[in-house]
Amino acid sequence: MTSLPAERSGKKLGLVIDLDVCVGCHACVVSCKEWNTGGYGNALSDQQPYGPGVSGTFLNRIHSFEVVPEGGEVIGEAGEARIVHFPKSCLHCDDAPCVTVCPTGASYKRGEDGIVLVDEDKCIGCGLCAWACPYGAREMDLAAGVMKKCTLCVDRIYNETLKEVDRVPSCVRTCPANARHFGDLADPASAVSIMVAERGGMDLMPEQGTRPVNKYLPPRPRTPLAASAGALLAENTSGASGFFAWLDGMLDRI
Amino acid sequence: MLDGAKHLTMHPAFSIIVFTTLSGLGYGLAAILGLGVLDPSALATKLAYLGALVLIGAGLMSSTLHLGNPQRAWRALSQWRSSWLSREGVMALLTFVPLLWSAWATVVESRYIPSAGLLGTAGAALTVYCTGMIYASLRSVQAWHTPLTPLCFLLFGLSGGLILASLAGTAGGGNGLWLTLSAVAATLVAWIAKTAWRRRMLTLRPLSTPETATGLGSIGKVRLFERPHINENYLTREMGFVIARKHAAKLGRISFLAGGVLPVLLLLAAAAFSAFPVASAAIIACATLLHYAGIFLERWLFFAEARHAVMNYYGG
Amino acid sequence: MPAKPRVALSEPVSDEVRKTTCYMCACRCGIDVHIKDGKIRYIEGNRDHPVNRGVLCAKGSAGIMQHYAPARLKAPLKRVGPRGSGEFKEISWDEVLETATRWLGEVRERDPKKLAFFTGRDQSQSLTGYWAQMYGTPNYAAHGGFCSVNMAAAGIMTIGGAFWEFGAPDWDRTKLFVLFGVAEDHDSNPIKIGLSKLKKNGARFVSVNPVRTGYSAIADNWIGIRPGTDGLLILSVIHELLKARKIDVDYIVRYTNATWLVIDQPGAADHGLFARDGEGKPLVFESVTERVVSLGTQGARAALSGRVELPDGRFAQPAFQLLAEKYLDPQYAPEAVAGETGVAADVIRGLAAEIARVAFDEAIFLDQPWTDVDGRQHDGFVGRPVSFHAMRGISAHSNGFQTARALHLLQVLIGAIDCPGGFRFEPPYPKPVAAHPTPHGKAEHFGSNKPLSGPHLGFPRGPEDMLIDKDGNPTRIDKAFSWDAPFSAHGLMHMVIANAHAGDPYPVDLLFLYMANMAWNSSMNTGGVIKMLEDKDPATGEYRIPKIIYSDAYASEMVAYADLVLPDTTYLERHDCISMLDRPISEPDAVQDAIRWPVVEPDRDVRGFQSVLLDLGARLKLPAFADNRGKPIYENYADYIVRHERRPGIGPLAGFRGREGDRTGRGASNPDQLKRYIENGSFFSAHIPLEAQFFKHANKAYQDFAVRMGFFDQPQPVIFQLYQESLQKFRLSAEGVREPIAPETHRARILETFDPLPIWYRPFEEAAVDREQFPYHAITQRPAAMYHSWGSMNAWLRQIHTRNPLYVPGPICDEHGLGDGDWVWVTSSHGRIKVEIKRMEAVNSSTIWTWNAIGKRGGAWALDPKSPEAERGFLMNHLINELLPPKGDGLRWSNSDPVTGQAAWYDLRVRIEKAEAGIESQPHFASVAKLRRGEDIPAELRYGQEWAK
Ligand SMILES: Nc1nc2c(c(=O)[nH]1)N[C@H]1C(S)=C(S)[C@@H](COP(=O)(O)OP(=O)(O)OC[C@H]3O[C@@H](n4cnc5c(=O)[nH]c(N)nc54)[C@H](O)[C@@H]3O)O[C@H]1N2
Ligand SMILES: Nc1nc2c(c(=O)[nH]1)N[C@H]1C(S)=C(S)[C@@H](COP(=O)(O)OP(=O)(O)OC[C@H]3O[C@@H](n4cnc5c(=O)[nH]c(N)nc54)[C@H](O)[C@@H]3O)O[C@H]1N2
Ligand code: SF4
Ligand code: SF4
Ligand code: SF4
Ligand code: SF4
Ligand code: SF4
Ligand SMILES: [Mo]
Repeated sequence: MTSLPAERSGKKLGLVIDLDVCVGCHACVVSCKEWNTGGYGNALSDQQPYGPGVSGTFLNRIHSFEVVPEGGEVIGEAGEARIVHFPKSCLHCDDAPCVTVCPTGASYKRGEDGIVLVDEDKCIGCGLCAWACPYGAREMDLAAGVMKKCTLCVDRIYNETLKEVDRVPSCVRTCPANARHFGDLADPASAVSIMVAERGGMDLMPEQGTRPVNKYLPPRPRTPLAASAGALLAENTSGASGFFAWLDGMLDRI
Repeated sequence: MLDGAKHLTMHPAFSIIVFTTLSGLGYGLAAILGLGVLDPSALATKLAYLGALVLIGAGLMSSTLHLGNPQRAWRALSQWRSSWLSREGVMALLTFVPLLWSAWATVVESRYIPSAGLLGTAGAALTVYCTGMIYASLRSVQAWHTPLTPLCFLLFGLSGGLILASLAGTAGGGNGLWLTLSAVAATLVAWIAKTAWRRRMLTLRPLSTPETATGLGSIGKVRLFERPHINENYLTREMGFVIARKHAAKLGRISFLAGGVLPVLLLLAAAAFSAFPVASAAIIACATLLHYAGIFLERWLFFAEARHAVMNYYGG
Repeated sequence: MPAKPRVALSEPVSDEVRKTTCYMCACRCGIDVHIKDGKIRYIEGNRDHPVNRGVLCAKGSAGIMQHYAPARLKAPLKRVGPRGSGEFKEISWDEVLETATRWLGEVRERDPKKLAFFTGRDQSQSLTGYWAQMYGTPNYAAHGGFCSVNMAAAGIMTIGGAFWEFGAPDWDRTKLFVLFGVAEDHDSNPIKIGLSKLKKNGARFVSVNPVRTGYSAIADNWIGIRPGTDGLLILSVIHELLKARKIDVDYIVRYTNATWLVIDQPGAADHGLFARDGEGKPLVFESVTERVVSLGTQGARAALSGRVELPDGRFAQPAFQLLAEKYLDPQYAPEAVAGETGVAADVIRGLAAEIARVAFDEAIFLDQPWTDVDGRQHDGFVGRPVSFHAMRGISAHSNGFQTARALHLLQVLIGAIDCPGGFRFEPPYPKPVAAHPTPHGKAEHFGSNKPLSGPHLGFPRGPEDMLIDKDGNPTRIDKAFSWDAPFSAHGLMHMVIANAHAGDPYPVDLLFLYMANMAWNSSMNTGGVIKMLEDKDPATGEYRIPKIIYSDAYASEMVAYADLVLPDTTYLERHDCISMLDRPISEPDAVQDAIRWPVVEPDRDVRGFQSVLLDLGARLKLPAFADNRGKPIYENYADYIVRHERRPGIGPLAGFRGREGDRTGRGASNPDQLKRYIENGSFFSAHIPLEAQFFKHANKAYQDFAVRMGFFDQPQPVIFQLYQESLQKFRLSAEGVREPIAPETHRARILETFDPLPIWYRPFEEAAVDREQFPYHAITQRPAAMYHSWGSMNAWLRQIHTRNPLYVPGPICDEHGLGDGDWVWVTSSHGRIKVEIKRMEAVNSSTIWTWNAIGKRGGAWALDPKSPEAERGFLMNHLINELLPPKGDGLRWSNSDPVTGQAAWYDLRVRIEKAEAGIESQPHFASVAKLRRGEDIPAELRYGQEWAK
């Protein structure tokens, strides 16, 4: 239903994405594409696949940002400026505006697990839900004329024809850096909830009032090498002679 | 990334602009007609009724043009409980009942039925209000997310409607002068509201920034390095319309001139010449055309100046 | 209102899963290919596979789009238009094979060296090399010369293994990991898996790289070094460690040649060589009884320092004496190198301090008794949990060999090689140089219609093993193993076309290439190479390179330059073998190899290249491919994989050998071997016993295991060669005191660069050009989601990198008033390109860079000629010459490492200036659109729509 579910189970399935380990390899992007183009609903089409304007439908995309500390040195050697690779798919918001704006009821949030889906047989392709989503998580498929979005691989996670271990989203299973985690964010004891608690997992654009379920783990704080610069010189007496004397001493000990 | 002078905004889709402007005009006219201020037996009044229906019809038709699956458009009526788009659809349909009823009464029976007329007026107003609310309800587009949005839609509908009504009135429907003067008033009020709307937009502190969008503000200033995919995608086509600020400002002034200043001057002239109905009708006709052009431009800018939060992820 | 829309939650994914090995890149991950209605529904990582453990990268997941790409070649082709026009005629396999056999046969008869057979990104080198050997041409190699031979040669010559595919960090135990110059590497997925383990274990990850993307982006510390100066940084760290006495003396004495006595007799023919006894055993100084004794004398406690008189009255010093004196010199102090490297002295000190702290204060002890090759018992493995990895950022420079040596020296000094937590060997490595062949290809090694007397590639022990004629001229077309590049263990594929065109050292009649896009991204000076391929001899009207046979699977730029095209299958349609005889997929703890098999049948008139090569071999009646009655010995590659034996009981695959399939390594061939592999997920894995897992170079249990497995016929322990005697031999030749004497032209350069101890010298191009005039470095990086040129035909991957901007550091942008989207001219001493730029801050301030091989030639790869790849994409290669700028004497050296011949891609120096905005990058080449077999190129893809629910 286009109204958010009245009664909800305790479950909030979603993803936790670790910005400290994402290397921006796009594996999750392509895995998502290949799983979903032959899976839930219509194919994810590509226009001009071998032409100049090649452009297709994706449910998950990796942005790369450059972060420069304000007033910070930005020369490479200073090591201050950094690149952060930033995966983005539907965040399965608790207060999903994409659902309430939908005139047809095609866009809905599941009461049982909070997954936000589009019923493609009802979708008229008006695009309003994509406007309502502040995160750019919805894309109209130009060939099918219906709205596409991350399904949280609903056709994998409950799929009894798959081995237990494989009942996770395609992007999570494939991520070589293990930067994507799937679980129940409503359950404080779940691995993902613990991760979020320990690493200070954050919401994207909380000010939009969407209350996203997906969380992002910020890059870990880092200690510069220069901080250890002093540590070494304990035994230091320069010059080869002193060194060889020490060496003989060492040999005797062997 | 684009330099400061440019920014990425909502793509102004022709079909939607035509829809909102034509139906706005149509409902505006219908609303006035519903008040029964024109002589139902006058040819001009009958034509006005037909005109209103044509404008509304054309608008609604073009609104389906941008749908991916128009054949299912009927489904859009189902979610009136929560969706302003659905409500707009429902209201549009409901409003047809009194509108056709009073249209029939006027065109065929040359009489005015107050109940039907007033219902039509209310329906027209509500429909236009719903249209405005579709945009005003989107927090993701901060410029639209204000009660001023539906107010502007209503007032522009009203001013357009009054101008057309004054045309019909002057052309034999009666009350020409009064309608002309109220058109002047409505147009002025509409543009005052719009000016307030635009000042708000231009002075907004962005609700969301690349820093809040990525949560990385704590480690520094965030700037897009690489787009996920190099070519345009659905999102950048819909919400990444490239427009130069200077350019937009100029168009803003033109729309104000064409949709506000000139029509008002012409209407006043028409009022002055109200002794010569043909001349003043002709002048009002010009005012109508200018007004429509102005509002069309205003609506284009309504999109082309509105920044969507998602552009924080696309360097806009 | 209907109830909640129903979703089918338990649809079976596919009708069948077929497990094989990915080849979207060289990493060789295991894949589960889901087949539905005879089409590929989904490709996912094989969870049981040792390489990728279930994960898959972007390329691997895009296999569907590769397999169904319109760029696939459909039938054998014969060129009808001029070279480069892309005009071909489809011909039958009979015709193509007959023609090829005729061409090859004539050359073999007349002068076999007139065939140059080079095999690019070949994963079947044990076959292709063997074929070339049977054919009898000295001119064979694969891509290693333009890839990373510096890494391979330096590693094998120093520690008996290499970063490049023959070893890996101990990801589970390491506490400090330092990565030099890696964007992706061949271990694509393993590195990503490893990095996430480091993060999980709270280990520190330091990346040394001018650019901070990809792996570097997640590093705890990023050292944005100036390109080409890593050697200085590393030697400075060594300086600090020596000064602070933070070295593993015990380890050095046991496992290295640091104690060996080096003759100290300047001017003599053996100065700087090891003093040896009658049997050639190195001598050491026994420090208790103060006698010079042979290495391995029981109870001897060899000295690391001093100067001793040898029985014959000459003087000698332990190698370590020379080493310590060299690196304790203040020229290597952090302050002294900070300027050149662009790395602050404190950062260098901090790096050294962290290495020392982790290696010694956080040492680990693995409680597992073991015995070393000298019979000494140890009650456990001591681990120095500091590991390093490096690739082309170090090796693709003309000083890369010595830099890689320096890095290995650093590892050895702290005792961090093949120990728990350190860098670990992957079987069949470690392998001493002594266990490698010497190169073959001298005049006396080959002749009309007979095989080459031994393998082409190997390691010279000294100048006497070079492949030169009596006048010192190279006998190989690529001048490998000549004075130009004596240790070019992988050949110099990047020089073949230039040399063949120039007829220097001699012209060739037939160029036979496999899987290398030499007319585009794998050549330096691409525009020049294209001209050479098109160039005709005005006298004869013949092409200067008369005949070209090429095997490719797709419509690449190179295809347009072939006279005959042998269309290969895709990686999902053929048998392949990732062999122990070549580069297997072993892990430090396990011996592993793998296969590919046709999980889908070709729907075109194409054949697997290896089967075609066997067919050609039989038609040419090459020994080993045709029996004495001239009949083919092998039906096809699958048959060869199973039945071929290189040594008795040793074949391409180590697993499931013996009639029962129960033997590993050695054993009779097993007709069911491939079946067994397929059942096992298309790979084989044999675990190394725990007591044999570390210190393999000197571990008795491992050495015995290696013999059992058939890597060697007797144990081959490795003594780390910190001091490289073979390099010193070249210096003696260059001094003119030892035979063979080096040519006048080469002496200075050999003396400067062949130091037996690691050194840093200025990269040749940087030294040759005016650094004011060309102030910036220009380099490339591999994008994670693209494999060289071949990703662009892939409808999904090309959307990620549809074109490549030039990334320019903020300070340079400000200096030149540049912003995103501006166009610039980039000029090198060789050429110039016009490209679009993007500003970047997280990069070394003197380094501009771009993604590699995104630019395409219009019409290739079945792409619309107006595609962004062709219009706005570009190659850095146009700026890089295969030759260095002319010297005073007019001589032009190859733009390669002087020791190994490795192509010095990253030595490039440039300047930039703002250009008129453009729509098209320069240079721009005529489209090869005729190549495009246009009929079936769709305007829209809806892959899998038929399965839409
Ligand atoms: N500027 C710059 N240039 C570089 C580099 C760099 O870093 N910067 N890197 C260098 C290095 S390390 C390398 S290894 C080279 C790589 O460059 P290349 O060796 O040219 O490698 P690719 O471009 O990946 O592919 C070579 C050819 O193999 C073909 N091919 C793909 N699959 C198959 C198959 O199954 N069968 C057959 N027969 N052919 C197939 C492709 O169609 C393509 O034409 O580039 C080098 N060039
Ligand atoms: N996705 C993907 N994977 C690939 C390939 C591919 O094309 N795509 N190609 C495969 C092949 S053929 C090869 S050879 C390997 C190569 O694997 P890599 O060695 O990772 O290849 P490059 O992209 O050349 O990476 C060189 C890195 O060194 C840095 N660098 C350049 N100069 C210097 C320097 O002087 N010092 C230091 N410290 N760093 C420097 C560059 O910024 C870059 O990050 O990758 C293999 N894997
Ligand atoms: S697969 Fe993992 S590491 Fe790669 S981009 Fe996606 S999230 Fe990042
Ligand atoms: S991310 Fe966007 S599409 Fe997903 S639930 Fe939230 S608002 Fe809806
Ligand atoms: S596009 Fe489809 S799902 Fe989205 S609002 Fe319109 S009808 Fe609903
Ligand atoms: S959960 Fe499934 S649908 Fe969503 S991004 Fe991951 S792979 Fe795509
Ligand atoms: S790294 Fe990727 S492309 Fe390379 S083999 Fe593994 S999955 Fe295939
Ligand atoms: Mo390579």
